[in-house]
Amino acid sequence: MSEAIKQPVGAEGIIQMQGVNKWYGQFHVLKDINLDVRQGERIVLCGPSGSGKSTTIRCLNRLEEHQQGRIVVDGVELTNDLKQIEAIRREVGMVFQHFNLFPHLTILENCTLAPMWVRKMPRRKAEEIAMHFLERVRIPEQAHKFPGQLSGGQQQRVAIARALCMKPKIMLFDEPTSALDPEMVKEVLDTMVSLAEDGMTMLCVTHEMGFARTVANRVIFMDKGEIVEQAAPDDFFDRPRSDRTRLFLSQILH
Amino acid sequence: MNAHVFKPDMPPPVKTVGVLAWMRANLFSSWVNTLLTLFALYLVWLIVPALVQWAFLDANWSGTTRADCTKDGACWVFVQQRFGQFMYGYYPSELRWRVDLTAWLGVIGAAPLFIRSFTRKAAYGIGYLVIYPILAYLLLHGGSFGLVQVPTSQWGGLTLTLVIATVGIAAALPLGILLALGRRSRMPVIKAVSVTFIEFWRGIPLITVLFMSSVMLPLFMPEGMSFDKLLRAMIFVILFQSAYIAEVVRGGMQAIPKGQYEAAAAMGLGYWRAMALVILPQALKLVIPGIVNTFIALFKDTSLVIIIGLFDLLNSVRQATADPAWLGMATEGYVFAALVYWVFCFSMSRYSMHLERKLDTGHKR
Amino acid sequence: MQNQIGARKGLSLSDPRVRAWLFQILTVVAVIALGWYLIHNTQTNMQHRGITSGFDFLERSAGFGIAQHLIDYTEADSYARVLLVGLLNTLLASVIGIVIATLLGFVVGVARLSSNWVISKLATIYVETFRNIPPLLQILFWYFAVFTALPGPRGSINIEDLFFISSRGVNMPGASMAAGFWPFIVALVLAVLAIVLMVRRANKRFDETGQPFHKFWAGLALLLVIPTCSVLLFGNPLQWEVPQLKGFNFVGGWVLIPEFMALTLALSIYTAAFIAEIVRSGIKSVSHGQTEAARSLGLREGPTLRKVIIPQAMRVIIPPLTSQYLNLTKNSSLAAVIGYPELVSLFAGTVLNQTGQSVEVMGITMAVYLTISISISLLMNWYNKRIALIER
Repeated sequence: MSEAIKQPVGAEGIIQMQGVNKWYGQFHVLKDINLDVRQGERIVLCGPSGSGKSTTIRCLNRLEEHQQGRIVVDGVELTNDLKQIEAIRREVGMVFQHFNLFPHLTILENCTLAPMWVRKMPRRKAEEIAMHFLERVRIPEQAHKFPGQLSGGQQQRVAIARALCMKPKIMLFDEPTSALDPEMVKEVLDTMVSLAEDGMTMLCVTHEMGFARTVANRVIFMDKGEIVEQAAPDDFFDRPRSDRTRLFLSQILH
Repeated sequence: MNAHVFKPDMPPPVKTVGVLAWMRANLFSSWVNTLLTLFALYLVWLIVPALVQWAFLDANWSGTTRADCTKDGACWVFVQQRFGQFMYGYYPSELRWRVDLTAWLGVIGAAPLFIRSFTRKAAYGIGYLVIYPILAYLLLHGGSFGLVQVPTSQWGGLTLTLVIATVGIAAALPLGILLALGRRSRMPVIKAVSVTFIEFWRGIPLITVLFMSSVMLPLFMPEGMSFDKLLRAMIFVILFQSAYIAEVVRGGMQAIPKGQYEAAAAMGLGYWRAMALVILPQALKLVIPGIVNTFIALFKDTSLVIIIGLFDLLNSVRQATADPAWLGMATEGYVFAALVYWVFCFSMSRYSMHLERKLDTGHKR
Repeated sequence: MQNQIGARKGLSLSDPRVRAWLFQILTVVAVIALGWYLIHNTQTNMQHRGITSGFDFLERSAGFGIAQHLIDYTEADSYARVLLVGLLNTLLASVIGIVIATLLGFVVGVARLSSNWVISKLATIYVETFRNIPPLLQILFWYFAVFTALPGPRGSINIEDLFFISSRGVNMPGASMAAGFWPFIVALVLAVLAIVLMVRRANKRFDETGQPFHKFWAGLALLLVIPTCSVLLFGNPLQWEVPQLKGFNFVGGWVLIPEFMALTLALSIYTAAFIAEIVRSGIKSVSHGQTEAARSLGLREGPTLRKVIIPQAMRVIIPPLTSQYLNLTKNSSLAAVIGYPELVSLFAGTVLNQTGQSVEVMGITMAVYLTISISISLLMNWYNKRIALIER
């Protein structure tokens, strides 16, 4: 199964996190995170809730601010400089647990908003691209409906298409299937797999261990704000090195 | 297999906590923010010292006449001298203990309703709502049990404000509940009558309602039947207020899940029993904050009785400021009245917010 | 049909349908009886007091002056004209009050959500202070403690010999039509048309090529250049008359009477406190996820607000905002207490006293307010249906 996707992985690091620390008030949420992601790499972050995995990827596009350490994304360091933050956000797409589609805009408008206002793309071109990606996630026929008219799975696929319309170099997924009814999980995962096949650099926070095994190059296990273990999926699932990882795996893989 | 050793928690770096970090985050996070902060501080510097100077430092606190106000600041002597009038109107000064007693009875009587461990709140509350108004009327109006009668034309000041507001809300409550039931009724005639009544009163300003009470009500009544001015105003205030209460109660009834209605019907309860035993107790609990808010609105609106010549708190102040012996005291008078109204309204709105929060946690799934 | 069912089941009081009918018939009878009783009493009372009924009085000459009238009015004009003058004054105070209250309310509401601690605390103090003081008290305060306490016309505050602030109000230069007036209006219309065309072209270009166009600056230029040409060619559109102090008062120019200022200021400040709360809760109702989604797509602060947050917040804001507008309009009747010549004080006050026709006068007054209220709430219902989020 783990042989399913064979994509070349670049040598250069597209994301570098060095000694990243973060506090909420007095609470130490991220402890000395070091992470190097190469172009085309597909990483799954897992761990118990509150372990800091969502916070880690939210630091990558500055939805959360880190207080110590260095984060470099696509050659740009994240500082308080708004220009750099915007530059990074243009290259980093994100998919949320609760979709966060704009309910007052149609599916098509959801997809064209950012290309038109951020990339300054003409409407026609933006709509062409949007339709292209809506076809990719297999819901072009819904383009003129509103998010409230779609099922959860369809909404999440629209959210993926919306992020892709910005032609990002990196995609972040923050528990994309956790808010879905069980029968809709597969359609979203299939979309993510096909994205992986195209060589997208992906960081996914997810509990879908089947997905981790088939798609990931590397699985990272986090607990209490630190990276406990990281390994290739086969090693991670079959030969965990740490007792903490083993305990976690025994709890989720019966 | 390695046992994983977690790193210890570290305290956050100094630059992110403490006063300086707080100021950087909340006051000077960007140059726009810094400008805003400086502008706001300038405003405060402009207003607060001048206000303190006027109201306290330069104020005149003692004396009996206008001539005693020699300093530049506020002349609180005026408020001191007229305090009795502001509170009681023309209620005879030797009988003012009756007003105080009524107020104390009201507060003490209502106290058990706020004690958490007291369980029979509903029964007690209804009893209180029935008995207290009778007691209050006997005390304030007198004329029996050896109490000297004080006609309502002598009532005034804060006393009158409170009387109108509390009577207005208490009497409007049952009428409002009936109207809310009527508006949600499946009988078209009942619904139409209720909707028309509610929308009529909600569509016109209270001031025209008061005008009506003084010019129309005498025409509506059979010849020879005349009402006291206060009673006339009160009837119309109650009608007006019941329309607003009806809308608040209707909101509460809409929030009750349909399952409750169905469960009540399934138990074989008829319409009135289902409403009285199942729906209304839940709905009324939900709408208490809304009713308190309506009460605040009414409390502020009682000031409009100025238009028909009743001397409530605001009109007493206005009249006192027009007194030739105290000319130029408008600011002091209105500031004092504003303070009284503010204290009442603000504390009630806090109470209603507190209730809302309490109810919110009670109903969260 | 009813009979057949009745025959089968028997007309029993335990049948809920029979009871419903009975109950409704009783209600109708009671309402009619009450109405008849009131009408009967009123008629007898009016007969005995010698009050004529009917609307003939509207044609009669009023015989009193009005301090502020937007349309021509003299003492010889009819009561009907008084009604119109009063209504216009009510609408004037309401519209200006609504504009100021909206601006102030939005600023304060946004300020309450500011990350700046001082700004948000100041906004909170504003809201908690002004919404807990009766509007009538605020009107009286501005009127008696501020505006009429100003020095008289002779000691007025003089701003550049153009504006004079005194206990008689604010006197300012008044404009009247001059030779260039109509050409100027035509030029304005042309400028607006040109701007509309320009914006269309610019939007089309943006859609096709994605190149933005400085619509604002181009529009401003058009708006300045075309009317200026008209002024240069045809002369000034307006001539200004500066108020002069003659005797004890100012003559000429326009004046904002203190009653008007006290009323609009007090109502704006009072209503703005409520609008601020509406705006705050409207913006807060848009989930934080929406902002995060917009941010993660690279949208800046401006487009995030304009394209994502505000359109969603407005759906929550507009219904309660309208009812605040209605409240302000109804509250403008409080001006009767300080004698601002609006609908209630003129019509339900002076006209009623002069004619004694209380039923007709009160009826008309209430009908006017009901018409305003009902038409606005119908408009609101229509708007709410239009903007409701489409869900399945």
